[in-house]
Amino acid sequence: MRTTTVVIGAGHSGLAVSRFLTQRSIDHVVLERGEVAWSWRTQRWDSLRLLTPNWQSRLPGFSYGGDDPDGYMTMPEVIEFISGYARLVDAPVLTGAAVASVRRRAGRSGYVVDTERGRWECEAVVLATGGFGLAKVPDLGEPPPAGIAALSAFEYRNPVALAPGGVLVVGASATGVQIADEVQRSGRPVTLAVGEHVRMPRLYRGRDVLWWMERSGLFDERYDEVDDVVRVRRTPSPQLVGTPERATLDLNALTGRGVRLVGRLSAIRDGRALLSGSLPNKCELADLKLGRLLDAFDEWAAGAGVADVGPPERFEPTRVAPSPPLELDLARGEIGTVIWATGFRPDYSWLHVGVLDRRGRIRHDGGVVAESPGLYVIGLNFLRRRKSSFIHGATDDARDLVSHLAAYLDSLVPA
Amino acid sequence: MTATSTASADNGVNVEALLGARQALSQAPEGAQFKWRASNEWLHGTHSRSSVESYYGLGTDHDHRSAFSFEADHPLVFGAEDNAATPVELVLVGLASCLTAGVAAVAQNRDIQLRSVKATLEGDMDILGILGGDPEVRNGFSGIRVAYDIDADATPDEVRALVAQSQKRSAVYDILTNPTNVTVEVR
Repeated sequence: MRTTTVVIGAGHSGLAVSRFLTQRSIDHVVLERGEVAWSWRTQRWDSLRLLTPNWQSRLPGFSYGGDDPDGYMTMPEVIEFISGYARLVDAPVLTGAAVASVRRRAGRSGYVVDTERGRWECEAVVLATGGFGLAKVPDLGEPPPAGIAALSAFEYRNPVALAPGGVLVVGASATGVQIADEVQRSGRPVTLAVGEHVRMPRLYRGRDVLWWMERSGLFDERYDEVDDVVRVRRTPSPQLVGTPERATLDLNALTGRGVRLVGRLSAIRDGRALLSGSLPNKCELADLKLGRLLDAFDEWAAGAGVADVGPPERFEPTRVAPSPPLELDLARGEIGTVIWATGFRPDYSWLHVGVLDRRGRIRHDGGVVAESPGLYVIGLNFLRRRKSSFIHGATDDARDLVSHLAAYLDSLVPA
Repeated sequence: MTATSTASADNGVNVEALLGARQALSQAPEGAQFKWRASNEWLHGTHSRSSVESYYGLGTDHDHRSAFSFEADHPLVFGAEDNAATPVELVLVGLASCLTAGVAAVAQNRDIQLRSVKATLEGDMDILGILGGDPEVRNGFSGIRVAYDIDADATPDEVRALVAQSQKRSAVYDILTNPTNVTVEVR
């Protein structure tokens, strides 16, 4: 089969790309391994809600229309939101079409895309499979000892399914703090291994912190404007949770609920988890970074004359125990389950185009894979803007990339 | 990248060279593989002398501008001669030197002029560990405290951020806070 452009993945990013391609009358197909919004259907724990408030859930030509703009969507609501978008833009989605291989076409421009439902030849490919295809599990020298259940954030569903007893949650980004909180509330004592993290209050001066990110312009900060794009792309997700109470879920909140904070898990040796002594530094770094963020918000609000917000606030520094433990004997029975909340990475196992670096990351310039003309990627952390990995971030990125893609197609000499 | 060309602070750190090295070595990561070396010889009692002369990096061996010599001994209360600092004090020296170098480098990169940077360090140790007097007690430090007094053209939070960032990028801080495989052989 032939088409001009193949979009891989029918999530919010792929559908936004489809919308702009349709607007430009660029012939395309959206290949989806399962159904629309497949990752949201299959790879999320039961209680998860979006981090972003409903009013911020926007896609090109589409926005939240419900009666709870300040709430946070549950997974069924997200699936309906994205499915509704697919229907609205009438995206040419081919479901059940898992991609087995993407290769350059021999002897001429373009790509060959092999799927479970046949082969496609095209001039351009947009990878919209997202940044969260695989759960990263660190190499710690040895695995947790036998008898300890170890599961990734993809495998975790709810605390009831866990073995009784203590749970070690590794990682304190959004995933880690949310799972730690829920498991601790279920009566299983949680130890949380904390490395570098991003602290944020849910509300600041009476507004959602992501309102501040958006209105102050921080969310629009571009990848080519920041000092060190490699570093910002590696920044962990902020310690946020979407709850009806709009509650803050920082380390102090977890400590208050009885969660024990320990340093980053640096190795497992002879069945013992060895923990870094760097916890005070990691907390200090996050507290100082939060302070700079709030300073920037306050400065913007004062300069822009923003009136409909509360007075400036500063939050209690993160409380760290005087001597957190430096090791845990995993064989002793205190810990029954280890949950890896150590991040995600994209799955490019099917991408047979030489554009990956030694870490398996795709080399791109704001989503344009310049070494392989006609290849694009969308939906990665800070792809083009700070908001790139958020749902509403797809709009500007998809518009920019489809504009580039259209110019590329125009540049091709007609066969 | 950071606009160092307009920097006005001068702490004597060549930040352009460091940033350039990071850029170059990201492209050629094999050049980033370094080996640091020391040799040591027993003198008498608990007194020994170490020497640092060469290191490997950027694909080749390098000599220091001159060989550096360090002595160590144990104190009088250990029944030793106290000819030099104890090895664990040298560990504190290593940590302090590393963190202070980091403070200067980070300050330079952030265009913060330093006037004075002073650190005092204290490490807690229960010596029943090294004496074999209590198997529950570890040999090493049970904790290390570092206190910085810094006079700089910066706000208190900016100074705290310098020290926090220095820890984040410090090799010796990492060596002390995370486990390292150590193999010792007899030839």
